[in-house]
Amino acid sequence: MANMSFAQALNDAHKLEMERDPNIYVAGEDVGVYGGIFGVTAGLLDQFTDKRVRDTPITESAIVGTAVGAAAAGLRPVIELMFVDFIGVAFDQLYNQAAKMKYMFGGKAKLPLVMRACCGAGIGAAAQHSQCLEAWFMHVPGLKVVMPSTPYDAKGLLISSIRDDNPVVFLEHKLLYGMEGEVPEEAYTIPLGQADIKREGQDVTVVATAQMVNLSLSVAEKLSGDGISAEVVDPRTLSPLDEETILESVRKTHRLVIVHEEVKFAGSGAEIAAMVAEKAFDYLDAPIIRVAAPFTPVPFSPTLEAEFIPNEDKIIQAVKTVTGNPNVA
Amino acid sequence: MSLTNEQMIGMYANMKKIRMFEEQVAELFAAGKIPGFVHLYVGEEAVATGVCANLREDDYITSTHRGHGHLISKGGDIKLMMAELLGKKTGYCKGKGGSMHIADLDLGILGANGIVGGGPPLASGAALASQYQGKDLVTVCFFGDGAANQGTTHEAMNLATCWKLPVVFVNENNMYGISSCTLNSMCVADIADRAAAYDMPGVVVDGNDVVAVYEAASEALRQAREGEGPSLIECKTYRHKGHFEGDPCVYRNEEELQEWKAKDPVLRFEKKLLDMQVLAREKIDEIKDSIEKDLAKAVSFAEESPFPDPSEIIEDVYTP
Repeated sequence: MANMSFAQALNDAHKLEMERDPNIYVAGEDVGVYGGIFGVTAGLLDQFTDKRVRDTPITESAIVGTAVGAAAAGLRPVIELMFVDFIGVAFDQLYNQAAKMKYMFGGKAKLPLVMRACCGAGIGAAAQHSQCLEAWFMHVPGLKVVMPSTPYDAKGLLISSIRDDNPVVFLEHKLLYGMEGEVPEEAYTIPLGQADIKREGQDVTVVATAQMVNLSLSVAEKLSGDGISAEVVDPRTLSPLDEETILESVRKTHRLVIVHEEVKFAGSGAEIAAMVAEKAFDYLDAPIIRVAAPFTPVPFSPTLEAEFIPNEDKIIQAVKTVTGNPNVA
Repeated sequence: MSLTNEQMIGMYANMKKIRMFEEQVAELFAAGKIPGFVHLYVGEEAVATGVCANLREDDYITSTHRGHGHLISKGGDIKLMMAELLGKKTGYCKGKGGSMHIADLDLGILGANGIVGGGPPLASGAALASQYQGKDLVTVCFFGDGAANQGTTHEAMNLATCWKLPVVFVNENNMYGISSCTLNSMCVADIADRAAAYDMPGVVVDGNDVVAVYEAASEALRQAREGEGPSLIECKTYRHKGHFEGDPCVYRNEEELQEWKAKDPVLRFEKKLLDMQVLAREKIDEIKDSIEKDLAKAVSFAEESPFPDPSEIIEDVYTP
């Protein structure tokens, strides 16, 4: 075990996988000399040369599209989109080409590619550099969507994503890059589609993703002093979604709060809520509550951005409402 | 670069095969046997034929929504194509793709493409894979005049030159993106001029002259294969049919159509080979008969094949 940041854990995953498989290349804007704007690809250029670590022009369609063509022709690209907000200019290559090729071609294509991108608000980056767009990707059959919340998960999930034979969208909340944790030094995998119970509890299930997992854990700790036992479930992979772990938790606690940083309307939580309503309605003792961003672009000013991002108070309010416990402040 | 008689006869037979395949498709479509819509390659046969005559089986191509000619020229099996067009389980894509999504990865065919401008980045990517793996393979990117105005095409060309990728961009300028004429959709007379923006060679060829296409492609592909980087070939051509079958073609006049029909690439090459005495009438009939037989087999194979079972709908979304 080593103490590593989230960014270092991702860096380590790249390094170990690239050492293992010569068909893996990394490409994107500023991934080489600069080492990635958040340092995730630091040092890779020196170790693997510019054949395997490719600085590209600012050309997102070509970064994604060449990865799709290269994957169809036998390589295993790991590309960085920098900010997930940039997917708009490259979306066709991802959702019409990468995601559909296998199906359109009657099952014959294999598209092993990972598209990494940072997401999320909290650094004053405003409307076009702060979004959480995971629901967009979840909505596309053929894509897998991964969203880790800890350094340990980040490394294991990225290795699994690189080894997966499908296009994987790997979303990294930018506030997590500096988060530290214990991470094995060797390569290990975490299966895609397997949720993790980050904290066990009896009274309420809190399903949260990315940075919201950490907020929810902090809330759970505070609530335990008030006699509320919250179970925090991190799906880790939004597609495929580990429905069973969520359902099992809800069958135990009978209450569900969903926390994510995307806007609430048609966000990933809508799918989780609908799934639970369809499959575990009889187990619920209270309406499902979603804690999420308002239906606005991400604002710039600190006061507005703070209002946009779900916070501990809002999560506590939601838990209080579903548990009907007025003692919880 | 002189072509042997055998090569020329092969190219003629390929053009004829595309023409007859498309005419057969038009007939089946009119009879209501083909769901959706089809975009026929009639009038453009010299482009795919002249280019692909230079390719090896393991070279790659990316195609367009008007892709039947490319697939046939790259060695695609017309039985499997026909079955796919009819939505049958035995088709190239098990009935899941249709006309706009036929692919044969074993033949390096990375798919027809329903998105105008969808193919060029994929082509640069396949070329990157060949370069990366040290293989002397090339990729041909077929794209239309409509795609010439898409950003993806320019991004793919720029990256291809930055990385000196073994890809040849073959523009099929048939003058129309559905109804939008190139006279109104671009301010240059030749799409090939745009190659200069990427510092790659750009040439204009008569896209209805299969030998001219062959020769231009031969040089561009040699350069690509030898590591000298990408190039752009613009083939001026025309589609005799509408954008899709059933298109009323209100945007162009009969005179223009007749002008181009007079330059029909198949008839033109046939006449040339007759004049050169490379082909005799009997041989032409023989070629035609043989294609007719193959087509009849393809049609009956397609018609007799079963549709996919509804239970197959969820298969093939992900690789396990």
